[in-house]
Amino acid sequence: MNEFLNTGLGITVLIAAQSLLVVGFVMISLIFLVYADRKVWAAVQMRRGPNVVGPWGLLQTFADAIKFVVKEVVIPAGVDRPVYFLAPLLSFVLAMLAWAVIPFNDGWVLADINVAILFVFAITSLEVYGVIMGGWASNSKYAFLGSLRSAAQMVSYEVSLGLIIIGVIISTGSMNFGAIVAAQDTGWGLLGWYWLPHLPMVMLFFISCLAETNRPPFDLPEAESELVAGFMVEYGSTPYLLFMAGEYIAIFLMCALISLLFFGGWLSPIPGLPDGFHWMFLKMAFFFFMFAMVKAIVPRYRYDQLMRIGWKVFLPMSLAWVVVIAFLAKFEVAGGFWARWAIGG
Amino acid sequence: MGIADITFYAFAVTLLGAGFLVTVSRNPVHSVLWLILCFLSAAGLFVLLGAEFIAMLLIIVYVGAVAVLFLFVVMMLDVNFAALRGEMARYFPLAAVVGLVLLMQMALLFGSWQEAEGARDLRQAVTPDMAETHNTKALGMILYDQYFLLFQVAGLILLVAMIGAIVLTLRHRKDVKRQDVVAQMHRDPAKAMELKDVKPGQGLG
Repeated sequence: MNEFLNTGLGITVLIAAQSLLVVGFVMISLIFLVYADRKVWAAVQMRRGPNVVGPWGLLQTFADAIKFVVKEVVIPAGVDRPVYFLAPLLSFVLAMLAWAVIPFNDGWVLADINVAILFVFAITSLEVYGVIMGGWASNSKYAFLGSLRSAAQMVSYEVSLGLIIIGVIISTGSMNFGAIVAAQDTGWGLLGWYWLPHLPMVMLFFISCLAETNRPPFDLPEAESELVAGFMVEYGSTPYLLFMAGEYIAIFLMCALISLLFFGGWLSPIPGLPDGFHWMFLKMAFFFFMFAMVKAIVPRYRYDQLMRIGWKVFLPMSLAWVVVIAFLAKFEVAGGFWARWAIGG
Repeated sequence: MGIADITFYAFAVTLLGAGFLVTVSRNPVHSVLWLILCFLSAAGLFVLLGAEFIAMLLIIVYVGAVAVLFLFVVMMLDVNFAALRGEMARYFPLAAVVGLVLLMQMALLFGSWQEAEGARDLRQAVTPDMAETHNTKALGMILYDQYFLLFQVAGLILLVAMIGAIVLTLRHRKDVKRQDVVAQMHRDPAKAMELKDVKPGQGLG
């Protein structure tokens, strides 16, 4: 068996199996996340939410997915066919692609590359193309307006996301997720994680993630009240399902990113308890719950307010924080609280 | 042929093919999309060369930001490209001459390319040993330690360009209503409104 795994074919089979495992994990999580999202939303509004299909409505998402898949694909007149079909595929595939470098436990990662965090950042910056292409190819005013909004919005918030990530990279001295999590393993448990040294940025990062994934209150690209459904308005059936799935996978990816960067990934919050995959999963689930709560509680922003926050508040704050962090790390203030090169990178 | 060779040819062929399609696409939006494929294949080639940092930067900066703005502009343009292309035939001889001259110049340049004896060693001398460090660190060391001044000056030049662009396009419009968020948040409800008890049929007088 071991000999086979060292041949070229064996390695290919091994990588394929690992990829399938990650895809399976993400897809199954996705199905129940959509359900959880709707349940949380319903609970806040004092409704019951999905409760008919399966026990407690658990199978509702399966029913929805099957409904979308068996629906007829309606192609509006005047669409740019290749781009029209490429857009949902792109948004789904790209959202899936970033999971290749996300570790779930110490060493549980498909591709353990040096520039892992840059890779995730590059892939999330590509996700805007699904939205722009879908909006343009649909040949509809509403869809086009939605895609223009999203282009500006995602490009704006990427800047502050990137700067916040730079702060974490400076503290760690590495761009590898394994090293970033290792740098948070100080023996202090919960208190050693990066959320404490990078406290103001955790909030900014969370809000920027909302904007980057087009979640409410920043879901301007698909604002129902103004744009019907924005860039997805001309889509139905499986292409629409791919857009929705891509969106939720991107959100789940952001939950994983927040857990890894600021909340210690698979590290246990209490010193002494064993680290492991379950902590990572619990943290991701908790941040998804936060995403769902924000969607239920906060009303939608106006577009100019969204842009103002991005460029005039978040960008200067995160830029200033990079400078501050650089000083704190360079001179090892507070016993290297901000400089974890020794234990991390 | 190893797997690296196959990957190289796949990226290289995609790059050239997409580059060709950028120039021949009828629809300018399709051209930009092919251009994005070009950038992505170039990033793949960088990864093959072991320059993964540059590859990721290429994707983040060019594909994630610059090409989005390209697409933005091209989608908004209301130009009849079919008509523009019709005129192309008229100027084709001129364009061919310009292209030929450029090609000859490049052939002359590369034909007589000479390197000084020590040039290769001088270039190698500033590069840290790649076996010991990965290229993000190596790049950082070269930029921030050895060429610190040049790097800062380059940054200043970019800043000047940025300020120039802002100065050229900034105009303050006096006739629009603006929202001052800070002022709004500091308003005192007690000063902003007044409650009056109005008697029926009398009004405030």
